[in-house]
Amino acid sequence: MSSPAPRRPAERAIGACFALSFLAAVGLIILYAAGGQTQVEGTLLAVALGGIGAGLAVWAKRLMDHLPDETQPRHQPAPTDAELDSAADTMETGLEEIRRRRFLFRMLVAAGAALGFAALFPIRSLGRAPGDSLESTRWTPGARLVTAQGDLVTDATLETDSFITVFPEGSAGSADSQAVLIRVAPGLLRLSPTGMAGAPEGLVAYSKICTHAGCPLGLYLAEEHQLRCPCHQSTFDVLDGAKPVYGPAPKPLPQLPIVVGVDGVLEATGDFDRPVGPSFWDES
Amino acid sequence: MLRRAVQELDERLDGTSFLRQSLRKAFPTDWSFLLGEVTLYAFVLLILTGIFLTFFYVASSAPTTYRGPYAPLQGQSVSQAYDSVLRISFEVRSGLVMRQMHHWAALVFMWSMVAHLVRVFFTGAFRKPREITWAIGVALLVGGIAAGFTGYSLPDDLLSGTGLRIIYSAVLSIPFAGTWLAFLFFGGEFPASELIPRLFILHVLLIPLLLLTLLGAHLTLVWHQTHTQHRGPGKTEDTVTGTPVWPRFALKSAAVALFTWAVVALLGGLFQINPIWLYGGFVPYEAPSPAQPDFYAGWLEGILRLWPNWELHLFGHTVGNLFFPAVVLPGIVFTILALWPSLEARVAGDHGVHNFAQRPREAPLRSALGAAGITWFVVLMLAGSNDVLAKYLQVEVDRLNTWLKLFVFVLPPVAGFVTFRICRDLRRKGTRPIRAPSRVTFARTAAGGFEERADPPSASDERAERAADAGPGAP
Repeated sequence: MSSPAPRRPAERAIGACFALSFLAAVGLIILYAAGGQTQVEGTLLAVALGGIGAGLAVWAKRLMDHLPDETQPRHQPAPTDAELDSAADTMETGLEEIRRRRFLFRMLVAAGAALGFAALFPIRSLGRAPGDSLESTRWTPGARLVTAQGDLVTDATLETDSFITVFPEGSAGSADSQAVLIRVAPGLLRLSPTGMAGAPEGLVAYSKICTHAGCPLGLYLAEEHQLRCPCHQSTFDVLDGAKPVYGPAPKPLPQLPIVVGVDGVLEATGDFDRPVGPSFWDES
Repeated sequence: MLRRAVQELDERLDGTSFLRQSLRKAFPTDWSFLLGEVTLYAFVLLILTGIFLTFFYVASSAPTTYRGPYAPLQGQSVSQAYDSVLRISFEVRSGLVMRQMHHWAALVFMWSMVAHLVRVFFTGAFRKPREITWAIGVALLVGGIAAGFTGYSLPDDLLSGTGLRIIYSAVLSIPFAGTWLAFLFFGGEFPASELIPRLFILHVLLIPLLLLTLLGAHLTLVWHQTHTQHRGPGKTEDTVTGTPVWPRFALKSAAVALFTWAVVALLGGLFQINPIWLYGGFVPYEAPSPAQPDFYAGWLEGILRLWPNWELHLFGHTVGNLFFPAVVLPGIVFTILALWPSLEARVAGDHGVHNFAQRPREAPLRSALGAAGITWFVVLMLAGSNDVLAKYLQVEVDRLNTWLKLFVFVLPPVAGFVTFRICRDLRRKGTRPIRAPSRVTFARTAAGGFEERADPPSASDERAERAADAGPGAP
């Protein structure tokens, strides 16, 4: 093998790369001691890493090109028939040795299966039983409507074509009880008789959880009287019982029946008329 | 000295021959083989930066009042997890660069893994005997998506909380067991306080352990089976030609590692990513708009946005809308991907061992299907950010969706057909898609006119080109 020829330019370039890296690393230390600065930290770290990298790359490419590539045999897994037979035989005879005692073998299988089954049970500890928790929320008859901050909502809170997020009193921020309260011009609503009874003075409340994937419905398009989900653009017609009019949501938003109570404070007369959120198997 | 160390080792482990062979092991050189290395080194960086972050992260959704230096959030009630990530970002020295590098490294990890997969696919490098390596690679892809998803859910910000809500809804939609599965995994009805600690242990222990194990198996197989290589002079099916590990390949590979990390450091320092202080902490009744996941989840999000509003009612039970787009379809995609080598072998009737990498043209049907698949993913990724895209293009989202729904069916077959034709033509014509027209020589005749003389390109040129093009065994 011939000794490498002197390659002054390449050596100089590599040396410069390593020197640059060294300086950047020292700079990083000083910068850290001085309090740090994200952009400079990233840049210096990139120079420190990239400097060594560039040096090594040039080294491998320019100073090692006298090292020849090699051609080597591949390790070819090509067992002979005899080897295959003997391996298969070993497996089989061993298995046969166990299976031969049929009763003991069956006992072993039964014990193993039972142990495996028993080992599954602790999985049950991971979560609460669903029960009917998906069917109900914290809205109860007489629950007063409050905002996310806990302030009571009255029939004077909302102007026409505006909306707020409401919760049952005492449960502000509750995930499954979140509802949107919208005021539309009276007479526009086209709900069922029970729906109309729960929507006084053009005030109508629906679950805020999209029936598609459960995102909170954040957008109210006042002109079209539509609620739109920011996640997948499911759109619901507020005037027509929040039926889905566009997008992947398959079913209407549940309505929260409300009345105007004492001093104009809005109250729920019960829970939503259907389970909130996306569909699930046992949904009734 | 070194000799003595080697001897000591050998007396205990019989390691000399392994060491000697390993140090000389030849690695074929091709730029596209870097993609797998980049993935590996991005993973190493993820572990290093991730360890740093675990020292400061608090895995709890218990409320606390933010008292840090970021003025807009001061005095607000946020979760301890969110609070701790704000602390990493604003108070821990070099915390923000570490956090941003971690996130960028995750994106580099996933991008390079996808690029690596595409390379292996189009060169047929997954064929026998490398089907297991391929299947493990697909498992790594799924594991990478899981790692990414659990990771960006940890800050407990508004964006990631919305993503979790969608996953919860997808689990709910599974027939028979959906409700129970969702309650067991999420600890109860969303959002339960058990969730953040669970995501944390998944993200920092279980999933990395799984990825490390799979990665170890993947690399062991690559090492044991040796690389595929492209055809060329002196190369055969039974040998591998390349740069020996020590010292040249080792230096090159170290350079790749350092470049990868340098790029991530630059990204992490200069390019803001996931600024959770702008999104705010998670509250269940607010959603950010627009909301996009990281790119590897983008196509899944796209399916959700384009899927029709169907729901199945069976014997008094409901199969939710999300079940097909969020559970069944991704399941089918990853199953087909994992089984691709055996599917292709069966369809092509080719069960032989292959150590030569192919060029895409050598398998026009596979290349066509690959191109169709990539097109499908790209359309879905665009659909996953249709709101941003619509704003950018200044069109209505609804109208854009109509187009995307059309594209998702029409564009993949078109891309596949075009690819098939290109591959077939390339195979027929030879090396280059565009070649110089054959030369024509005119000669002036004695009468003053011109006549054309046949002057074919030199035969030796043609032969060399053909040989390089087709290679042995190519159809």
